[in-house]
Amino acid sequence: MQLDEFFVTGEPLIYIGMAAIVLVSGTILFVLTYFKKWKWLWAEWLTTVDHKKIGVMYILLSLAMMFRAGVDAMMMRLQLAFPDMNFLNSQHYSEVFTTHGTIMILFVAMPFLIGLMNYVVPLQIGARDFAFPFVNALSFWSTFFGAMLFNISFVIGGAPDAGWTNYAPLAGSELSPGPGINYYLLGLQLSGIGTLATGINLMVTILRMRAPGMSLFKMPIFTWSTLITSFIIIFAFPILTVALALMTIDRIFGSHIFTLTGEGLPMMWANLFWMWGHPEVYIVILPAFGIFSEIISAFAQKQLFGYKTMVWAIILIAGLSFVVWVHHFFTMGAGAFVNSIFSITTMAIAIPTGVKIFNWLATIYKSKIIFGTPMMWSLAFIPSFTIGGVTGVMLGMAAADYQFHNSYFLVSHFHYVLIPGTIFACFAGLIYWFPKMFGFQLNRKLNIWAFWLFLIGFHVTFFPQYFLGLDGMARRLFTIGPEWFTLNFISTAGAFVMGAGFAVFVYCIVYSYFKSTRDLPGDVWGVGRTLEWATPTPVPKYNFATLPDVKSHDALIDMKEDGETTFDEDKLESIHMPNYTGQPFIMTAIMFFASFFLVFEWITLASIGLIGIIVMMYVRSFDYDGGYHIGVDEISKIENSLRGHDNE
Amino acid sequence: MSENVHNNVPLEYSTDEGQNSIIGFWIFLAAEISLFATLFATYAVLFSRTADAMEPAELFQPGIVLVMTVLLLTSSFTCGLAIHFMRQGSLKGTQILLGITLLLGMTFIGFEIYEFIHYVSEGVTLQSSAYWSAFYILAGTHGIHVMVGIGWMIGIIIQLFQHGLTAFTARKVFIVGLYWHFLDVIWIFIFTGVYLIGMVV
Amino acid sequence: MSEKKHKYPWNHIIGFVLSIALTFLAAWTALSSDLPVMWIIISIMVLAVIQALIQLFMFMHIVEKGAGDAPWNMMFHAAVVAAIVVSGSLFTMSFGFTHDHGGGEHETEQHEEQGAHEGH
Repeated sequence: MQLDEFFVTGEPLIYIGMAAIVLVSGTILFVLTYFKKWKWLWAEWLTTVDHKKIGVMYILLSLAMMFRAGVDAMMMRLQLAFPDMNFLNSQHYSEVFTTHGTIMILFVAMPFLIGLMNYVVPLQIGARDFAFPFVNALSFWSTFFGAMLFNISFVIGGAPDAGWTNYAPLAGSELSPGPGINYYLLGLQLSGIGTLATGINLMVTILRMRAPGMSLFKMPIFTWSTLITSFIIIFAFPILTVALALMTIDRIFGSHIFTLTGEGLPMMWANLFWMWGHPEVYIVILPAFGIFSEIISAFAQKQLFGYKTMVWAIILIAGLSFVVWVHHFFTMGAGAFVNSIFSITTMAIAIPTGVKIFNWLATIYKSKIIFGTPMMWSLAFIPSFTIGGVTGVMLGMAAADYQFHNSYFLVSHFHYVLIPGTIFACFAGLIYWFPKMFGFQLNRKLNIWAFWLFLIGFHVTFFPQYFLGLDGMARRLFTIGPEWFTLNFISTAGAFVMGAGFAVFVYCIVYSYFKSTRDLPGDVWGVGRTLEWATPTPVPKYNFATLPDVKSHDALIDMKEDGETTFDEDKLESIHMPNYTGQPFIMTAIMFFASFFLVFEWITLASIGLIGIIVMMYVRSFDYDGGYHIGVDEISKIENSLRGHDNE
Repeated sequence: MSENVHNNVPLEYSTDEGQNSIIGFWIFLAAEISLFATLFATYAVLFSRTADAMEPAELFQPGIVLVMTVLLLTSSFTCGLAIHFMRQGSLKGTQILLGITLLLGMTFIGFEIYEFIHYVSEGVTLQSSAYWSAFYILAGTHGIHVMVGIGWMIGIIIQLFQHGLTAFTARKVFIVGLYWHFLDVIWIFIFTGVYLIGMVV
Repeated sequence: MSEKKHKYPWNHIIGFVLSIALTFLAAWTALSSDLPVMWIIISIMVLAVIQALIQLFMFMHIVEKGAGDAPWNMMFHAAVVAAIVVSGSLFTMSFGFTHDHGGGEHETEQHEEQGAHEGH
């Protein structure tokens, strides 16, 4: 293969992208070398098995990916701002909307939420770490390398261009030859392994490692939503694994599952994809609901209204998520009977979701709201998300869907649920738990700027798109006619306001890093209700010196009443800790190269990679490293120094 | 914390770590069921889509498939006995029965490879048609799982020689046992849903 | 552990004999019985489910002290999901028509092409 076939050539924008990659990675390498930080990076981060550090790395990955996919979004909006724009050509536009969608769902929403779960869940249930810290590190690194594999596609070999849904037969080898689609298939496969492992890990952690007295119905609501999300991950992700594998085999080894020849069934891809894809939507929304529930009850200074109905609503939504997938392709022509069934199940989802909305409102009702910045995001979420939900019910009616299908009405709908639902929750959750993670508060004033810019920008961007859809503008059009100009222009303007909001948010983090005071109390906001706020800030590496007896789902409120802390000198015992290890990083790095070779269909090299993976698994299996213990004296010393100020 | 020792339970359950791993593995098996269910769904939907290739009823041989089934069922039985001996504290019994399980598993794989080669020699390959793609991928995925199980079990037997029966190795033996039985469960459905139905319809 | 010391593995032996017997029963039903095809399929699937249960309960110790509730619970839900995935796919991909495995292929083929076009 020639070098000019290997790298993507001929597109000025892609050259800019290449230059940016070289510049950024060059800077990172220089900074690490100049400040002699290589050893620190390896010893503290690349080999870590600590759930707190892994959580932070997930969130960093997600923010970086949000920047990348956000730039994709800006490029699309720019192309659609004026009729007959010549900013992106049709091929490049296809690549950009494909990577935007895929990255936003799989490498922004999921890592962000999983990062928050990583950090918060063990703290909320009083656990020392995940059940399997090693596997947790493995999960992160496979997500990371999956994301990297997907991201290098646009400079090496060419980006996938069949949409984030990657429908056959367009994505098959006849219509999309070359490495693009392979990047999609293998990048998602690699990160999917990590997600599945995280799901299992979280479930075991929550089921088995709760503080004494914390029965299932005394768990904080975010932990509940995480448990149910893990359940969905465990059953939904294998479906994606198979779908991706089948298409990979179709493309590379010539089988006929989704092809037009050999009596294959292209629509089977849509069927399998959405059998994963719909539960996936709930994987990214249920944790968000959990985050909002925590924040709303904390800042309304009231117990969450209808805790039990909240839990049952989550369970019901999770159950229904597995029986609605056909509503993504009503227009396939499955016939009135099939469509009717899935129409009914789809609309049924509005019931438990409505229950949740009313419970949040009832929690706020007659409460003394403290307008902390996380609360502002949460309050903005309720009406914005409801608009998205209501249009979702409209789309759920099969007959009407023939009109809405693949129009901008749909585009607007899913942005209206995913942005106020998932992205607002990510911001709210990050701001809420940020001081716990890093030991300093984010600047309130800049945060409020970021919030208003993002919120207003969001509505200005997407509200017009409902009407564009009703005016007949189809999804994935790379150029618009003059009749759609005004609304598109407004939408583009809004997108740039959103972009500004994100920039202010990032600036806020940098600004606060230099300007904010350290030395915070354990319950940073003063409104905490759950166990994570009982730990000192910053959280010691073993999390809890001792655990209280949990009596309700607002464990910290009870502890405050009884004057308890997580440091009871009489109950101290030595704590067992796992050793850091580089194996997860090395193993997933080998997987990365094996997948990369498979992208280019270099079977021999890929097989060598496979052997490397097997060798690494054997190395792990024969590794009897039992970890180490932190003694009572050391715990005492750490706790006393951390609690110096809030024990007075 | 997390080092409580449990009494009155078999060795593999005696530590929190052991219990966590076993429960975690059960959850992994649940995910595996979802994985195989998707393959079965694909197979079922593509059933009869043989294009110009042969029909399954012309190719499937009841004799070989029955032998394979008996082999795998027996290996599942010996694997269960291995756990039984482990719980009686017999290291040697555990190793011998795991060894027999291994041999039976290898014979099974040998038959499967022979079967696939035979089909290919009759002109039916992965590329023949949608139906045959689905067949090879479903049966092949099971076969690859069995091979992974064989490699895994060899590693565990070596570790038994190195460390004897401890809470740690007992947990590993129990988990590889769960995996092996699970493969048998999947094979029962392949035997029934693919071979028997393929020969009937 | 000590009370189990000399227990004979009856459980395993019964399970093994049963599964071999069920296998041959299924094979006989499929290959040599005169039942209608639909009934053959139903009865051998039932036999397969019984065999799976034997493996789970007699060989895999799905419910025992130490294992907790997660194993049987997850296996139950896995079975439900598997049923949804298999029957749901067949239901959806039948395009609202019943499959005729013999000669009805032509009709379904036309519809699938149509579906593929509309899908984009």
